[in-house]
Amino acid sequence: MKERFFDLAEYAVGQLQGSEVLLANFSGENSDFVRFNRARVRQAGSVTQANLCLTLIDQGRRQRSMLSLAFNDGADQAAVRSAIQSMRSDLSSLPVDPLLLFATHASNSSLERRGSLPDAEEAVETVIQGAGGADLVGIFASGPVYRGFANSLGQRNWHRVDSFQLDWSVFLAGDKAVKSSYACETWDALDVLRRIEASRDHLQHLAAAPRSIDPGQYRAFLAPAAMGELIGMLNWGGVSARSQLTRQSALQRLVDGDSALAEQITLRENTAQGLAPSFDESGFARPAQVSLIAGGVHSGALVSARTAKEYDVQANGANEEESMQSGDLDGGRLPMSDALAALDRGILVANLWYLNYSDRSSCRITGMTRFATFWVERGRIQAPLSVMRFDDSIYRMLGSGLEALSHEREWIQSLSTYGQRSVESNRVPGALLSNLTLTL
Amino acid sequence: MNPSCDLHQIAQRFRRLAPSSTEGTIRIVEESSTTTSVRRDVPEPVARSADLGAMITIAQGDGVGYAATSDLSESGLKAAIDRALQWARTMHGRSVFQDAPIRLAFAETFSSPAALSADWSLAERIERLREESAGCRLDPRIVDWQASLWTVHSRCLLAALDGGDLLQEHEYAVPALHVVANHRDLTQVRSWGGRNNGLCQQGNARQVAERSRFAGAGRRTAEQALQLLAAPNCPSGTFDLLLMPDQMMLQIHESIGHPLELDRILGDERNYAGTSFVTPEMFGTYRYGSELLNITFDPTRAEEFATFAYDDDGSRAQRQHLIRDGLLLQPLGGALSRQRMTQASWSGCVATARACSWNRPPIDRMSNLNLEAGTSSFERMVSSIDDGILMQTNASWSIDDSRNKFQFGCEWGQRIRSGRLAEVVRNPNYRGISATFWRSLAMVGDAASVEVLGTPFCGKGEPNQAIRVGHASPACKFVGATVFGAEH
Repeated sequence: MKERFFDLAEYAVGQLQGSEVLLANFSGENSDFVRFNRARVRQAGSVTQANLCLTLIDQGRRQRSMLSLAFNDGADQAAVRSAIQSMRSDLSSLPVDPLLLFATHASNSSLERRGSLPDAEEAVETVIQGAGGADLVGIFASGPVYRGFANSLGQRNWHRVDSFQLDWSVFLAGDKAVKSSYACETWDALDVLRRIEASRDHLQHLAAAPRSIDPGQYRAFLAPAAMGELIGMLNWGGVSARSQLTRQSALQRLVDGDSALAEQITLRENTAQGLAPSFDESGFARPAQVSLIAGGVHSGALVSARTAKEYDVQANGANEEESMQSGDLDGGRLPMSDALAALDRGILVANLWYLNYSDRSSCRITGMTRFATFWVERGRIQAPLSVMRFDDSIYRMLGSGLEALSHEREWIQSLSTYGQRSVESNRVPGALLSNLTLTL
Repeated sequence: MNPSCDLHQIAQRFRRLAPSSTEGTIRIVEESSTTTSVRRDVPEPVARSADLGAMITIAQGDGVGYAATSDLSESGLKAAIDRALQWARTMHGRSVFQDAPIRLAFAETFSSPAALSADWSLAERIERLREESAGCRLDPRIVDWQASLWTVHSRCLLAALDGGDLLQEHEYAVPALHVVANHRDLTQVRSWGGRNNGLCQQGNARQVAERSRFAGAGRRTAEQALQLLAAPNCPSGTFDLLLMPDQMMLQIHESIGHPLELDRILGDERNYAGTSFVTPEMFGTYRYGSELLNITFDPTRAEEFATFAYDDDGSRAQRQHLIRDGLLLQPLGGALSRQRMTQASWSGCVATARACSWNRPPIDRMSNLNLEAGTSSFERMVSSIDDGILMQTNASWSIDDSRNKFQFGCEWGQRIRSGRLAEVVRNPNYRGISATFWRSLAMVGDAASVEVLGTPFCGKGEPNQAIRVGHASPACKFVGATVFGAEH
């Protein structure tokens, strides 16, 4: 893929005329996907795809053209030629773009994290064997993911990560299930079997009669997966410089200094420790880290090249949506093994789901508990809980109501496969809250 | 990609290369799109895309394998066929189809070229967007605004190995406006059209913009954003609720459409999009809503977003009632899901197995799911409410994984007092439970209040798929809803 992309980029550069500049972004994958339901295969298949996004710039004007590649030199060169001609023809009818900004100093990079991935048959057999007759449902995805950048100024960047992801739930009955996820670059069938077995073992906690609780406020421990969902909501404009500068950010009160989070809250974009490439769509290198919240106080924002030009601020390699690709929330002092004892009496939330803002200016978020949620007394799990809706503000949950963050953190790779497999991830601890507001 | 390539020629190549002893299909999708946008009066970079690829499906016994590729050359198709065949063999004996042979064959031949008509040029599009953008800039409190137009041209050929050729061509357009008003620590958003949900229809940019009265919408939307900025917070309590069509579409989508998807009921989505409170034995007996509730799967309305003649498994699509007079009749399930039901109270299937593109296999989707018009005029519904709230344009949506406990928020609220529309309120939200909410449906608007809407981003499936769906609905009145506003 690397050679094919760079050769095609070279060909594309050869088509330029006069003062034209070309940016080329590449994304591709060779992926196997297997869906399971009731420990049998629902769908199994492979996807080979690659996309090239070309941006033609001339005289302050620019246009973008995305094309799928055929993996055939003749066809791909013809497509590139056609796209450049079409963009050149369009440029004359476009106005000058005053917010145009792209990297002009070449900064090359190449990263290849090769893995050891299973063949399809072995993966399918391992999962079915691991289920051992239990009701397992989920997906196995495996294969390399590619990202690349090239421009006519000589810059070349390459990023390849091999990985497999197994995301599954084992169900006891109805909606009572244990959800698990495992992602790695090296396949070890025994390790996978052990993990599936462990998830089956956890089902025993769900066997007791479920308890229903009334809406109200409860002490709660949010496991890292649940915290990952909560922190992920800040990607809906929360940490975006453009949102903050146009006063749309859900964290606007934090940005304005009118509210603060708990001192334990320190959030950063941590490209150095993530899966996402170290370059952005305009060719700028991403800093190793960008501080967003430090000690509970606003400390920065993600700034794309376009926002940087519009508001005269420094770009920091953010994507166009100005969302975290490699979110990183500091851990705290609570050992995970002490979490239930510290909770004492309240609810243990393994997963949250379908979050949305119910009041953006108060950073109030609603969503549902899902999968394994338990009622805990005297530090011991008593019974599974029926799903409940929460509706509460980040300023309470991670502010006045935050008692502790767990010392241990989990690295959660995004399982998003909309269009293509994602390279996003986040690293988050669990959180002990003195109050979580349940509404339905 | 070679624009407008000969899809039939690729299908013939597939037929030559695939082993004759198997059942198989090729689904070739060619899609091009153009996105134009003007933000704060500055045109954003124009983005065009051109996508072409094919999904090969091979069945062997109870195994079915998929392989998607954008390499449509002889060697590329051969590699995909081999891969799909390998997957079918791997799945054989381990399949959810439990030894029942998978049938992929269909014999129909169909061709539906879109009736393409003259569209705006790129320069005309930008000019229209600039006009609407300028219309938004009517007050310093309007701090951000954007006008956009997204158009898609799609051709899809589904060809079976042993005959059958279904070629469908469609055009889609999504005009949208997004306006942000701010004063001190209060920010309000008002949108029109909408990329996430709203005015998504079939047709080209000019047709959909004219149909939807895009001209002048910038100023109207900005004026409403300023009204919201000056409005009081939505009150909390129990109120009668009048939901306008652009909120009804979300209510239908989340609390009728998703629960009726048969693959959810069969458990396929339990690890991701969720399951359903609906169970197979409820069809034919369960009262889903009041007698005023009539829900149809309707792939026939020309301008609606997910109108088509055949689904991606080759089943012919036709209008069917899923809920009639409040009684639940049948789910949204394609032929393969129906095959997995050993016992069912309904006959046949709903042709709604669809894939978002060539790189994903079909799954059960909702396509066009409509609430049929009733007999109440808008004025009559308003006059019937003594103390209530009108809500318009979805801003927030959340529902549990069984599609029962929901909470939705809207951009625009308006009090109804003593049978009259009264003051505007901001941040209106309501919550409820699907299983009881639809039984509180008290009035259904007549045809005059019906709007044809949709969304390009209905998400589900592993691997994930975001797909176009349509919803047509009138305004509807519900009694005794739990309503609340913002914190401050």
